[in-house]
Amino acid sequence: CSHAHPRSRRLSPLFLLIGSKPRRCSAFPEINDGAPVGWDYFSRLSTRRLDSVEDELELSTVRHRPEGLEQLEAQTRFSRKELQILYRGFKNECPSGVVNEETFKDIYSQFFPQGDASTYAHFLFNAFDTDHNGSVSFEDFVMGLSILLRGTVQEKLIWAFNLYDINKDGYISKEEMLDIMKAIYDMMGKCTYPVLKEETPRQHVEVFFQKMDKNKDGVVTIDEFIDSCQNDENIMRSMHLFENVL
Amino acid sequence: MAAGVAAWLPFARAAAIGWMPVANLPMPVAPTEKNKRQDEVIILNVSGRRFQTWRNTLDRYPDTLLGSSEKEFFYNEETKEYFFDRDPDVFRSVLNFYRTGKLHYPRYECISSYDEELAFFGIVPEIIGDCCYEEYKDRKRENAERLMDDQEDNKDAKLPNMTFRETMWRAFENPHTSTMALVFYYVTGFFIAVSVITNVVETVPCGSAPNQKEVPCGERYTVAFFCMDTACVMIFTVEYLMRLFAAPNRYRFMRSVMSIIDVVAILPYYIGLVMTDNEDVSGAFVTLRVFRVFRIFKFSRHSQGLRILGYTLKSCASELGFLLFSLTMAIIIFATVMFYAEKGSSSSKFTSIPASFWYTIVTMTTLGYGDMVPKTIAGKIFGSICSLSGVLVIALPVPVIVSNFSRIYHQNQRADKRRAQKVQKARLARIRLSKAGSSSAFLHSKRNGLFNEALELTQLPYKMSLSEQSSTKEEQHLGKSSSLLESQHHHLLHCLEKTTNHEFVDEQYYQQSYLEGGLQNYPPRSPSLSSQDGVTGTCCSRRSKKHNTPLRNASAPAHMQPLTHPQTHHHGLQELSTIHIQPLSTSRSSLNMRIDEPAPLNCQSSQITTAIISIPTPPVTTPEGDAHLPTGPSHQNVVKVSAL
Repeated sequence: CSHAHPRSRRLSPLFLLIGSKPRRCSAFPEINDGAPVGWDYFSRLSTRRLDSVEDELELSTVRHRPEGLEQLEAQTRFSRKELQILYRGFKNECPSGVVNEETFKDIYSQFFPQGDASTYAHFLFNAFDTDHNGSVSFEDFVMGLSILLRGTVQEKLIWAFNLYDINKDGYISKEEMLDIMKAIYDMMGKCTYPVLKEETPRQHVEVFFQKMDKNKDGVVTIDEFIDSCQNDENIMRSMHLFENVL
Repeated sequence: MAAGVAAWLPFARAAAIGWMPVANLPMPVAPTEKNKRQDEVIILNVSGRRFQTWRNTLDRYPDTLLGSSEKEFFYNEETKEYFFDRDPDVFRSVLNFYRTGKLHYPRYECISSYDEELAFFGIVPEIIGDCCYEEYKDRKRENAERLMDDQEDNKDAKLPNMTFRETMWRAFENPHTSTMALVFYYVTGFFIAVSVITNVVETVPCGSAPNQKEVPCGERYTVAFFCMDTACVMIFTVEYLMRLFAAPNRYRFMRSVMSIIDVVAILPYYIGLVMTDNEDVSGAFVTLRVFRVFRIFKFSRHSQGLRILGYTLKSCASELGFLLFSLTMAIIIFATVMFYAEKGSSSSKFTSIPASFWYTIVTMTTLGYGDMVPKTIAGKIFGSICSLSGVLVIALPVPVIVSNFSRIYHQNQRADKRRAQKVQKARLARIRLSKAGSSSAFLHSKRNGLFNEALELTQLPYKMSLSEQSSTKEEQHLGKSSSLLESQHHHLLHCLEKTTNHEFVDEQYYQQSYLEGGLQNYPPRSPSLSSQDGVTGTCCSRRSKKHNTPLRNASAPAHMQPLTHPQTHHHGLQELSTIHIQPLSTSRSSLNMRIDEPAPLNCQSSQITTAIISIPTPPVTTPEGDAHLPTGPSHQNVVKVSAL
């Protein structure tokens, strides 16, 4: 007879004193799995409330099923097999079918154990969540990946621009860039060499704007961005870096 | 890195494209998958029950049997499956660990068989999930205690070379060791009984002469009783002194409960001897004799049940305290009520509230002597309420005490919660260590990774000197140590480093460089060595003792900056590099000449030693003789120099 945990939710008055559930088969009223019950047990009896209502609320979770494999195959540049692999990994980590921002941050933070990846993950989440409904479904996920891994350089640059443009107004301002830069530097964490200073992100933003902002109006438009990137050899080379992922 | 998250690594790497436009440096080369095979389902046949899973699932944990090449030993060519002659029920938990990343311990499983299966499959029990870990630890502790009890029973064999003192102590503690001990045990028990009975019989009125009033036996046969008392006390004294002599730690023995009981039992006699025939203190003397009854507690050495009872009462101190407190509350309330209720009636026994205490206690414990009864109607009503509530108040804590006694009786020497908390702390520390291992794994493989890159980069001009086979062999040898997943993860971290133009270092070096922050400029090119020497004296003193000579590598190429951070061990540099394997040293020096990168890389690449690096966290250690490359900061963990 395996007795359940005595801190049970149902308070049958008759067994209030013993603190055990009615169906108990041991001779002794074994209390609390053997640990001595003290004064705190009695004080807790008075403050306990019925938690069943909150339990019911938790049961209804969001479930989402993606579109069919053929449709996704048509919309993205992945093959059937690749979509299968992607979906398996996605569903394993998020059984309900959608990723909310918290889970997204958790997953992304696991890749950067030394720093704090939550701010950058927040920006990434907004970049993936194209319809801005607060959760990333498998379709959003796969569309984003399709651009990043199989898209043309132009598409990738547009995606990056959308990432930097936090308020989606078509311009990257210095403040937006500073936020992004701080988020990236946060991922490095504290223990770096050389030691991270306060003005490092700001200096980096200055360098970036010097390179990108052609007409020096303080914002970077998408055309300036694409032009400057296409003229920079390093950037163009690094755009092809992750093509063989998956 | 958790299992499920491994599936998201492609996503994380793809998202790294977001850093590219921001970076000013070229990115490192991505690791290539050498043989990219399609994911396949493999069949695991465990004693006839077939489990199937993806090969990638098993590859998530490369340091276990199923995740490494060790499973090839179990491959059956004809049936094309892996056959394990093990328990299929436990294997279910093992396989679920690969699938979900969490290891669960099923309650119905025997702890030792579970442990064996885990050991066979190379899984460390510490990673059992929080949901099952308490249960696992409890069962393991019970098992260990049971084994220990069994062992103690078998430990009767006399150990050789025990001193006389140790033999005596063992005889006292465990009477079954020798016949002498058993005899001594029974003799003392007998005399305790005799002494107690004497005390009792002393007060019985014996037959007396008809003209005298009855006297207790003690006064009639004074001499006889005195002799018996003396004999008992002498035996007890001798026993106490012998125990005191044999005790390994006398001070602790004297403070123990049993010895205090012994002392209290024999002291009245000696005090009585000292102050005889002194009328003033005879009253106190009589009181002292009461303490002789403590001799009965000496029986607890002979009875384990008594000891457990005492231990129970001690451990239920809080429940007993609660019982006392609630009783006191109820007594005061009801005594007050009864006093005021009975105030009106004449010739009432309830003269004051403290006088009513007696009535309340007798009523609440359902004794009901009847010497005090309420006479008014109000008094009777409240009296009945009092007796009803007395039953309730007393019935509450009593089952608790009872169950405690039963539990302790069945498992004596149960560890208390404090030990469990210590274990919990230790476990958390172990988990933290293994997590820290993952971040330092990056620092560690950074060295190997850069070394690989160096080999790749230098292959072109040195194709003449290096034979192609040897270089690829070395490359494979060094690359084999980390799985593909790990290398991809490290490549990702490396890209981040390049984007921000900063490097990951471990805690210690960071603290040192933070302290030197005022001395160093950024980028760190200024060789202010003397000031740094002073700083290193203060921090990281243990490790810095060997590294007092800052680097002045005169042979370094011209454009190399001299080293700024002080703790590098360099004397004998030239000899070491020549002793080391030829191709590697040449490639390293050529690397110094070729790489043209800004600050951090250049500074550290001038340190070329072949010292052993040992990283603080245990799981990650570099193999001996491994040369490390431009990651000078993490070099601070150098403890020994390899005697190559």
